Amino acid sequence: MKELQEISPENPVSGAEALVRAIIAEDTDTVFGYPGGQILPVYDALYDYTDRLNHILVRHEQGAIHAAQGFARATGRTGVVIVTSGPGAANVVTGLSDAMMDSTPLVVITGQVGAQYLGSDAFQETDVIGITQPITKWSLQVRRAEDINAAVARAFFIARSGRPGPVVLDIARDAQTGIVDTPYRKINFIRSYDPSPVLNKSQIEAAAAIIRQAKRPLILAGQGVAISGAEKALARFAEKASLPVANTLLGLSTIPSDHPLYKGMLGMHGNVGPNHNTNRADVIIGVGMRFDDRVTGLASGYAPDAKIIHIDIDPSEFDKVVASTVAVHADAREALEALTEAVGERSNEEGWLESFDRCARIEDREVFEAELRRKDQAPMTMGEVVATISEATAHDAIAVTDVGQNQMMASRYFRFRSPRSFISSGGLGTMGFGLPASMGAKIGRPDRTVVCFLGDGGFQMTVQELGTIMEYGIGVKIVIMNNNFLGNVRQWQNLFYHRRFSQTPLLNPDFNMIAAAYGIQSLEVRSRAELPAAIEAMLADDKAFLLNIDIDPTDMVFPMTPAGKTVDTIMLSPDIYFTPEMIEKK
Amino acid sequence: MSQPAPRQLFTVTVYSENCVGLLNQVSVIFTRRCLNIEDVSASVSSVPDIHKLTLTTWSDRPTMEKVVKQIEKRIDVLRVFLFTDDDIVYQEISLYKVSTQRLLEEQDLESIIRHHSARILEMTPDYTVIEKTGHPWETEALFDRLRRYDIKQFVRSGRVCVTKSPVEYIDMFLEEQNRRQNGNNDLSD
Ligand SMILES: Cc1ncc(C[n+]2csc(CCOP(=O)(O)OP(=O)(O)O)c2C)c(N)n1
Ligand SMILES: [Mg+2]
Repeated sequence: MKELQEISPENPVSGAEALVRAIIAEDTDTVFGYPGGQILPVYDALYDYTDRLNHILVRHEQGAIHAAQGFARATGRTGVVIVTSGPGAANVVTGLSDAMMDSTPLVVITGQVGAQYLGSDAFQETDVIGITQPITKWSLQVRRAEDINAAVARAFFIARSGRPGPVVLDIARDAQTGIVDTPYRKINFIRSYDPSPVLNKSQIEAAAAIIRQAKRPLILAGQGVAISGAEKALARFAEKASLPVANTLLGLSTIPSDHPLYKGMLGMHGNVGPNHNTNRADVIIGVGMRFDDRVTGLASGYAPDAKIIHIDIDPSEFDKVVASTVAVHADAREALEALTEAVGERSNEEGWLESFDRCARIEDREVFEAELRRKDQAPMTMGEVVATISEATAHDAIAVTDVGQNQMMASRYFRFRSPRSFISSGGLGTMGFGLPASMGAKIGRPDRTVVCFLGDGGFQMTVQELGTIMEYGIGVKIVIMNNNFLGNVRQWQNLFYHRRFSQTPLLNPDFNMIAAAYGIQSLEVRSRAELPAAIEAMLADDKAFLLNIDIDPTDMVFPMTPAGKTVDTIMLSPDIYFTPEMIEKK
Repeated sequence: MSQPAPRQLFTVTVYSENCVGLLNQVSVIFTRRCLNIEDVSASVSSVPDIHKLTLTTWSDRPTMEKVVKQIEKRIDVLRVFLFTDDDIVYQEISLYKVSTQRLLEEQDLESIIRHHSARILEMTPDYTVIEKTGHPWETEALFDRLRRYDIKQFVRSGRVCVTKSPVEYIDMFLEEQNRRQNGNNDLSD
């Protein structure tokens, strides 16, 4: 690598080159992108920096941004995307919205027409700032080269600090071609933005006082725990104060699945124990989570007996959906460490911890049995595929999912040992997220096995990224759970729309032939008997591999809290609702 | 279920950096919740470089408290304050363009103007522009009074306001940020 001379009046560079160097200066080694007319100067500059910056050429800009999201979520680093103006920029809009919902740090660079053309409906001009302002943490149009350094410094600081999120820099062509003669400087202060709240002792004391008195407490751990690197702090807090822990969808893998205090997943398709017990708890401790409607069910009937302690770095989450008794405005790790000290040891009402396990036994009997332990000739379910792959990877792979039944089944039946092992589009529920996100995850964490669970529908939304996987030899394990249906929608039609399967059956191509066309090894799995050997073949080396698995289209994800019902209204099957009496009966 | 919170007129003041697109960032937060902005005014503030937006909207307090936090979350926004009419001293300015001909036929024009504390800004043979600053009901009262002289144009500005509070919270906030910056200068990583 050649030594870089600092940018100065004696050593000026183009705006485009300054941009590339600024991105590198922010500890970026990988960018995802796609070139075009109004970003050409940047691509020209990239050509000289290929030894420092690995550019992954995707096949569609949506693929670039989801890959960057997968990269960011697997590594905790900032994902960087470079696309051209107009259509290139428009193609990242879904990913921006997704990253905003799921608090993913991204810096997205969009090319823009020359400053003198702005507003004139010039070729490939689109109002990037107008479109992206509501769905980004911050966005800025840069029109002059001399503003590039400051803009990039702000962008990275904003994207990764506080509650992370996507940032857009829309860079007019003039700024790319103009001259920069000052060196790049990182920043860590913006007066209108305070991402690091000082821990408030009285908030901690108030929360601790409530927790000490609690008889039936429950921790709800969200992705904020992962973002702040608070996994150990969470486990220590739970252990010291004997607090049961449940995860939100995005919180999965913030505590090992086999931790004795881990009681399962929350939400519409979560586990019976934590959902049912939410409405029996007297204290709920939400950490780095936002009481999403998929978690709360009907908000007015949510946790009626509980005092709510809400720990979050984003104060706009407090009282947004659920009113808190104590709001702790803090970084999750700092707050959990302080609470561990302040609460000390305490104990629960007798039987509280066991009540989760009793619920789990009902779930095992009423749900797992049918999902995981079907007999020989019965068609395969997604649950058994996920559970078998989890087992085969020693529960230590990164699971990336698409959206739909495949996602819910992956979240329910994959198990986790290490942090940052579950990557899924939670808030936006973006079909097409999975495949590109898994590429980004594998590029970010080449040392880990990355398994991507997809539906036949969602796979086809970003299937073109097989080209990227082929070109860069990205060793993702692609598992299509193929029910020839938009299964998740079918499930709703089945349960709530009188089995009128409007526009949900899919006539699919031969996915194995598609894989073959991209030079990706694959197997079709038609029966249970073939599954173990197919999984073994998939995991045999570190190359990309695709499994196309026949799944029972009639299978449904249970338990299920129907939309608009309280969190403890839990269907175990189409005609059985969970009742507390089931627990007593054994 | 609890009773819905009562609706009332709220005034929101937003202190921000003076940057392009700020108004859009703020207004979309109202749009998302289907809140109609009754009026808006943008101006400089007492602090150099800091801009002040004043918006009014009909809503309820729980909703507005969320809106305020969501506006404050925007990076370029410094602080946001939520007021009801009791908290502030506020005014709006109205201009009335009426036919001079008709006006001159009126005997007590002068007394109308005086009675409403309005004033004549400009008078030509064709039209007269009258200005009145006040509360909405006051500018409306003058509107009703002038209606018969054929009001050719009418406009009312957005509300401007200052607080009745003895404390200047934005100054306190800026001092706090200064302290934060000074304690934050170490950029080594
Ligand atoms: C981009 C997008 N369009 C539509 C939806 C609505 N949707 C949610 S799940 C689903 C069906 C997904 O089908 P498939 O990918 O085959 O997964 P399955 O549920 O069968 O596992 C649909 C259409 C969505 N989430 N995202
Ligand atoms: Mg499907």
